[in-house]
Amino acid sequence: MHIVDGALAPEVLIGGGVLAVAGLGLGLRKLPIDKIPATGVLSATFFVASLIHVPVGPSSVHLIMSGLAGLVLGWTAFPALFVGLLLQAIFFGFGGLTVLGVNTVNIAFPAVIAGFMFRGLVSRSNPTFAAIWGGCAGALSIALTTLFVAISLGLSGEGFVPAAKLVFFAHIPIMAVEGLVSAAAVYLIMKVKPALLMADARISRYDAQSPAILAEQVNEANNG
Amino acid sequence: MSHLFGHDQPLSVQGGGQRPSSFVGSFDPRVRVVAAGLFSVMVVSLHQIEFALAAFFAAVATMFMTDLPLRLTLKRMAAMDGFIIVMLVMLPFTTPGTAMFTVLGAEASKEGLQHAVLIGIRANAVVLMMLSLLAGLTPVGLGHTLYRLRCPAALVHLMMFTVRYISVLHDEYHRLRMAMKLRGFKARNSIHTYRSLGYLFGMLLVRSLERAERVLEAMKCRGFSGHFPMIDHLVFRQRDALFGVGFLMLVSVFVILDRFYVVAY
Repeated sequence: MHIVDGALAPEVLIGGGVLAVAGLGLGLRKLPIDKIPATGVLSATFFVASLIHVPVGPSSVHLIMSGLAGLVLGWTAFPALFVGLLLQAIFFGFGGLTVLGVNTVNIAFPAVIAGFMFRGLVSRSNPTFAAIWGGCAGALSIALTTLFVAISLGLSGEGFVPAAKLVFFAHIPIMAVEGLVSAAAVYLIMKVKPALLMADARISRYDAQSPAILAEQVNEANNG
Repeated sequence: MSHLFGHDQPLSVQGGGQRPSSFVGSFDPRVRVVAAGLFSVMVVSLHQIEFALAAFFAAVATMFMTDLPLRLTLKRMAAMDGFIIVMLVMLPFTTPGTAMFTVLGAEASKEGLQHAVLIGIRANAVVLMMLSLLAGLTPVGLGHTLYRLRCPAALVHLMMFTVRYISVLHDEYHRLRMAMKLRGFKARNSIHTYRSLGYLFGMLLVRSLERAERVLEAMKCRGFSGHFPMIDHLVFRQRDALFGVGFLMLVSVFVILDRFYVVAY
């Protein structure tokens, strides 16, 4: 999914960079100081997702979970996923610096779109239907990401078009797997802690945490 | 790979570095970060294979001035090359141009082959130079550097939190995975596997949010007001300026030569 440095045309790189800066600006404006720790921890969780390998056929792929990131974080998924990509680019050498903008747009923008499309549906449904919508969000975000990757390759030269098509079709099983895993994750979250997927409810929880909730937290198993 | 972000990592920004840093590592990280960015932009704008190759050798030379372990670096480069190999192999066959050779009835064009080679060299040059220039820079150090380079504070804080919790959550993931293993879970191509891994990730999210709430409360207790004091001793010395100017000159020479000097084939 990462595009490397040197493959894309300069126009695509600049366009991606501008879009990424715009998205980052919007995302950071929606990020109050109070939510920086929570967003950072969630961003780290989505980074860890990319370290989890899932078998697909004879090979394995790593999870991306960008659909779930969009559901949980909304616009702030943009900076959260950007940070992950930046760290991957700098410390693992995946992708590069000049394509960072394009890669961020390709991964974070679908996440935000999927988040906004399915957020309301997920928060209003019972766990089973929420899982279905969550699965749709997960599959859709991967589909859009591969589409965006194909578009950025296609815009950079005629010769890339067959490769772009190949990338798209090769990712269809990955879309299915991401959808299934996201559906299961949403199902569990709706059973265990639905507040995570109710964006509006969560903000009010920060402002006024009732003693009952605090007592509940004390009783919960302390995991570190 | 999360060990890179381990919390027991020596913070070179705190103690001035326990081990003696390499030649490249001895320069101000701000200069190195900017130089890495400049170099990538320069390499991406090169059109001729000869100059891209020269840039790649410049990156190799820089690597030998660092204390990067050679094998690990080559492994990382190979991982990166794995991403693009399919595209590079396909490119000669899909670009129209003068035919060079045929494989199974598909014609490979000279232009396509040149383009593929150029992309491969450019990608490797950028990654190698970035790994070399930023060698020895810890993620926390990178955060401080970006802050000093006037990146938005919210973004830097977000990055610092992410860096801090990646290793913690990776440990948490291993704990959950261990519990699954004890119960006989084996990853296969089955719905059961995907559902179990989904539950695993969902649980990871729930726990991380609960952790985030505790973290926020603890921080509020300590009077967090949205700003971290950045503890670092970044000093911009004369040799950093020299390094910057030298690097800028190298980059400009590459770009100018690439534009005006055409190597005859």
